Amino acid sequence: MSSENSTLVKLNNAGFKQNDKWLVEGVSLTVEKGKIVTLIGPNGSGKSTTAKIALGIYKNIEGSVEKYTNKVGYVPQKISIDWTLPLRVYDFMLLTENIKDEAIDEALTLTGVIHLKNKNLGNLSGGEFQRVLIARAISKKPELLVLDEPVQGVDYTGEIALYELIKRISDTLNCGILLISHDLHTVMTATDHVVCLNGHVCCSGSPMDVAKNNEYKTLFGEQASQILSVYEHKHDHVHSDKGEIKKN
Amino acid sequence: MFDDFFIRALIAGLGIALVTGPLGCFVVWRRLSYFGDTLAHSALLGVTLAYSFELNIALSVFIISSLIALILIQLQKKTNLPGDALLGLLAHSSLAVGLVVIGFLTFIRFDIMGLLFGDILAVTTDDLLIIWTGGAVILLVLKLIWKPLFASTVNYELAEAEGLNPDRAKAIFTILMAAVIAISIKMVGLLLITGMLIIPAAMARNISDSPQKMVLFSIIGGLLSVLLGLFSSLEFNTSSGPSIIMASLILFILSLLKIKQSIKLKN
Repeated sequence: MSSENSTLVKLNNAGFKQNDKWLVEGVSLTVEKGKIVTLIGPNGSGKSTTAKIALGIYKNIEGSVEKYTNKVGYVPQKISIDWTLPLRVYDFMLLTENIKDEAIDEALTLTGVIHLKNKNLGNLSGGEFQRVLIARAISKKPELLVLDEPVQGVDYTGEIALYELIKRISDTLNCGILLISHDLHTVMTATDHVVCLNGHVCCSGSPMDVAKNNEYKTLFGEQASQILSVYEHKHDHVHSDKGEIKKN
Repeated sequence: MFDDFFIRALIAGLGIALVTGPLGCFVVWRRLSYFGDTLAHSALLGVTLAYSFELNIALSVFIISSLIALILIQLQKKTNLPGDALLGLLAHSSLAVGLVVIGFLTFIRFDIMGLLFGDILAVTTDDLLIIWTGGAVILLVLKLIWKPLFASTVNYELAEAEGLNPDRAKAIFTILMAAVIAISIKMVGLLLITGMLIIPAAMARNISDSPQKMVLFSIIGGLLSVLLGLFSSLEFNTSSGPSIIMASLILFILSLLKIKQSIKLKN
């Protein structure tokens, strides 16, 4: 087990009830510095709810949340922004914290949207906006990153590049990441710890442990065994965002 | 120089415009125009109480408006009625109660038109003090809560998740709304205060691409409206409130021309 001071957020048997219906219950998990914890599970299994519990957005929860950092970056799954606001990408980057211009440029460059810096937020495509959301979250140099389906709507090559970026950020900033993803492939290759949810924690552990778990197999069926084989074969190259092959 | 009623009105009006500019932007962004109306309508009750108990009008209006805001929050929690129905309920019932109370206060001669539409003759040197110190405090507080308030206006959950305490900012903003209504009631009148908040901000939206620019243009628009409005009020002997609001409407229409131009340029 890890020492206490590397823990960023810890959920103890946490749950949240809305209109007398449990959205999720009995979740225990720990996100530590430099580690990626991924939540997987079918729709409505409580992944986003768990993330919001960890972030402290939901107040009246069962169990407890211990949060050891205030430097948080959040990419929500759904975000409704009022497009009548006069808001450029640049203004959005400064939304919750005053960040130096260099840090803004760096983050926007990393996610490949620096050319949109002075564009109105309302004029971006879904994928572009998603990249801006990720840039905003990482530009704060947070200790804890919570990414809820961060690459939704991003093109396929972009998706891979962004996941690589997320992995790199976890290493370079030594921040802890709570990731929610449907992309089981990514989950299995880039994650340190997987929590499989279905209204409760159905299994958790290292990606390999979870992939072998019977409950996981029932939940994900065919896909699960395929992913296992994907996980077991080793890549000897990666693709850059332009599609070129780079040897490992 | 404060002896001249017109100079007093000008100084008061410019002070009010400095405050309604930025606050008005938030009213537009957070879709609070009907909320502003409700607070303003309830101000009539505040005015009548001020006369009954010989209180300061601004103070009395501030207290009643804050009270109405609190009641609204409670009703929102305890009932299943939609927000606009609750606002309508509070706006019209507090206006009605205010008018009935005026009916009972037969010993005081009320200038109802002045209350509803503003009266530049009514601005005293004391009012100037209230407007400028009150206004300075409002702006200072707004500056302090700007970050959490703006962030939660854009997205509540982002603000909450990243530790900005949006609920507190919202509560403070509500008090600021009551305060701005309190200091501007004499000048603009309770039926038109929301116009003073919304129209310059709406004009500013048409010509800005960032929040800071919108606040700046909203202030400039408000100042110009007060200048234009008060001079025409003096010239044509019209009520100050409607004159100021009409001036801001003219600025708004001019800002539409700018939109038309930029659309043409795009095509």
